Amino acid sequence: MTFLRVTGLTKSFGGVRAVDGVDFTVRANDVFSIIGPNGAGKTTLFNLLSGLIAPDAGAVILDGEDVTGLPAHQLATRGLSRSFQNLQVFFNMTALENVMVGNHRHTARRFLPCLLGLPSVRDSERRTRVFAEELMHYVGLERYIHAQAAAMPYGALKRLEIARALATRPRILLLDEPAAGLNPAETAHMDALIRRIAEDGITVLLVEHDMHLVWSVSDHILVLNHGRVLAEGGAREIRANPQVVEAYLGHRARER
Amino acid sequence: MLSEFLQFLFSGLTVGAIYGLIGLGFAVIYNASHVINFAQGEFVMIGGMATVFLMAAGLPMPLAVVLAIAGAALVGWLLARIGIETARGAGVVGLIIITIGASILLRGLAQVVWDRNFHPLPPISGDAPIHVFGATLLPQSLWIGAALIAIMAALRFFFDHTRTGKAMQAAAIDPLAAQLMGIDIRRLVRLSFVLSAALGALAGVLVAPITMTYANVGVMLGLKGFAAAIVGGLGNPLGAIAGGLVVGIAEAMTAGYLSSAWKDVVAFVIILFVLLFLPNGLFGRAEVHRA
Amino acid sequence: MSNQLLQRHGGLALLAAIIAAGPLFLDNGFHYNVAILAGLNAIVCIGLNLLIGHAGQISLGHAGFFALGAYASAILPERFGFHPLGALLTGALLVGLLAFAIARPILRLRGHYLAMATLGMGIIVSIVLDQKVDLTGGPDGMVVGDLTLFGQALRGNLAWYWLVGALLFVTTWMALNLVHSPVGRALKAVHGSELAAAAMGVDVFHYKVLVFVLSAVLAAIAGSLFAHYNGFVTPDEASFIHSIQLVTMVVLGGMASIAGSIVGAVALTLLPQLLADFHDYEMIVFGAILMGTMILLPTGVVPTLAARIRERLA
Ligand SMILES: Nc1ncnc2c1ncn2[C@@H]1O[C@H](COP(=O)(O)OP(=O)(O)OP(=O)(O)O)[C@@H](O)[C@H]1O
Ligand SMILES: [Mg+2]
Repeated sequence: MTFLRVTGLTKSFGGVRAVDGVDFTVRANDVFSIIGPNGAGKTTLFNLLSGLIAPDAGAVILDGEDVTGLPAHQLATRGLSRSFQNLQVFFNMTALENVMVGNHRHTARRFLPCLLGLPSVRDSERRTRVFAEELMHYVGLERYIHAQAAAMPYGALKRLEIARALATRPRILLLDEPAAGLNPAETAHMDALIRRIAEDGITVLLVEHDMHLVWSVSDHILVLNHGRVLAEGGAREIRANPQVVEAYLGHRARER
Repeated sequence: MLSEFLQFLFSGLTVGAIYGLIGLGFAVIYNASHVINFAQGEFVMIGGMATVFLMAAGLPMPLAVVLAIAGAALVGWLLARIGIETARGAGVVGLIIITIGASILLRGLAQVVWDRNFHPLPPISGDAPIHVFGATLLPQSLWIGAALIAIMAALRFFFDHTRTGKAMQAAAIDPLAAQLMGIDIRRLVRLSFVLSAALGALAGVLVAPITMTYANVGVMLGLKGFAAAIVGGLGNPLGAIAGGLVVGIAEAMTAGYLSSAWKDVVAFVIILFVLLFLPNGLFGRAEVHRA
Repeated sequence: MSNQLLQRHGGLALLAAIIAAGPLFLDNGFHYNVAILAGLNAIVCIGLNLLIGHAGQISLGHAGFFALGAYASAILPERFGFHPLGALLTGALLVGLLAFAIARPILRLRGHYLAMATLGMGIIVSIVLDQKVDLTGGPDGMVVGDLTLFGQALRGNLAWYWLVGALLFVTTWMALNLVHSPVGRALKAVHGSELAAAAMGVDVFHYKVLVFVLSAVLAAIAGSLFAHYNGFVTPDEASFIHSIQLVTMVVLGGMASIAGSIVGAVALTLLPQLLADFHDYEMIVFGAILMGTMILLPTGVVPTLAARIRERLA
């Protein structure tokens, strides 16, 4: 079943066509990976899908609904959430509060009840806290529940962003380079975490440069280059595609 | 009719040139450090007041002016060294607050070290007005115009033909890359404060014969200079000067044709208008985020 | 959780105790005067801190809202026959609407631009109050009538002390509720990262406007009460320097700290009185505090002390 359909999506910055007529469809419950060299437009694509920037052209259909150009917070309401390549953690809060923000749409957040501290708000806060603590356990951050986010190590922050995104109760989760900067043990943990999220019925869109991780978790892979779709298919097809090897894999191999 | 209009135009161009000079100081500092220096007006005050008191102590005017400008430059250096460098992590809001603190501190010091009175400065070459189509023009206005042109030429030369000037331009465009290329950003920031303090002090000397000078003279002048910088597009030096002329002329026309009571509103209405509708200024760039 | 609740209620109880015990220590009219003004400033600062400290949006024009509230209470009863309470509420409502109208365009701006736009707005208010002589009395200011509650004019320091004390308590209580609710968390999220906040379903713009309006309304209410208490208002209430004083209180007390807002307001209301003999040095001290706090204690006095104490206990 198609969960996300993208057609002709286009975005330019000045003269640069960062995303250029991209089409693809994502099946529900897949781990759908998007790879491509630096500057290929992967993050821009995520920004478009999550509503942080508006496309110049094209359409995004989420679970049958046209969501093109909706602002980010409305996409969150419709079950789309994300993590960020460059950490966007709320460093002015504790780790747990970060996750609780993710649950915002499901809390009692009307102004007057909050101002008066009504019991409905306190109940909702209690539930949110318990839920956020569960998510901290889920991503393996239980020891950081009371930590200030600013005091946490980088690898933990990567997982904190995922816990926070999960707190929105997403149906589709966009992960932008979740393993970047992680050591091998942390990457293995991330691998397991992504699988588990998918098993729990959440569709995952993954942008990642760590090819081991990509081969390991992906059901389907899309290769982006200069803002365009270069190739698409299962892991085996992609690995065997000479164009991909030239544009991306070979390029990265030379870089090493 | 024409003579009246010319009269307003002359006075607008005169104060506008001063606003432009002050705005230029904002632009220089902003380019080097992305700090908005709310103490810019106090450099103007120091220029005027120091000259007044040095002359009262018996120094000849040229020497007094040079010393006043050097003194303001030293204050600029201290502000960069103590206020900005030690608080690098403070963020935009923090840096705004620090420079506001410096501005209040300097005004307080001026009231104690000097006084709270209004002081005139003698104009550079007499005050016999020149008549042009029935309007009068003070020689000081011509001096201000000449100084503005000379400074623009000097800055052009500095930014385009000296190593330090080029480094400052490079740092304004991409601080990280400039740093990687071995440019010492901290030195540039200090230099930008020194330079814009000197510019501000010079503006203070030039404007004092027309408006008089006093410990709080920098408040409004600083804000008008900021308006000039915003209108010109923050960080665009030539834009700041053009912006100063726009603000000065708008103000003079309002004072002339409407009422002098409302002239101070004009600059702020222009600020709001530009911020809301032309966030890049009339001529330049600016960072603005559309949520 | 219970720990946090305990802290919150403990703090409120402490505040109530201090307010209740106040009259034991306040000896004369001058003392009461300072205490009442400190309380009014604290109410403004609590709102301003929600805006600056929690949501990370600066305003250099809040004295404008304070002054508009004050003039509403001066003008509406005198010229238009409003009941003083009606005037206070109308003033708050009008300021709220004004803040809402300007917040929408202004809050799209960030950092310097927001500082400048709010500053411009505050100065425009002060010039209008200065120039609209027929309505406001111009630079000379105008006399304000008594505040009447239940048909009785509120007179005397003690009555004013209790009124302002009660209002400060209620404001603190509500602010604490708000801070420890999804709304407060959303404000902090906007401060932390607008991108992430939006991606987590927080309507960033909505919350910016909300907190701007809320802080403006609190300033207006405090301004109204100030006008009645003082019996006199001048356009100086709207001055740039007054806006800066308010920001200084917030910064000194501590960003994103309700207790800090109160401490900052009390300290900086008291300070000029203590320095009365050194009036000439007041600005020097003010400027030095502003610079010094931001450089040496960037989080403010109360959060710094709180962190020290927590370290000791741990
Ligand atoms: N806000 C922006 N303004 C201007 N250009 C931009 C902006 N965002 C992205 N770009 C440009 O768009 C292109 C695509 O960038 P993008 O960040 O999407 O690449 P990416 O595939 O995520 O790269 P990486 O693997 O390095 O993260 C690049 O040329 C980049 O410079
Ligand atoms: Mg990227």
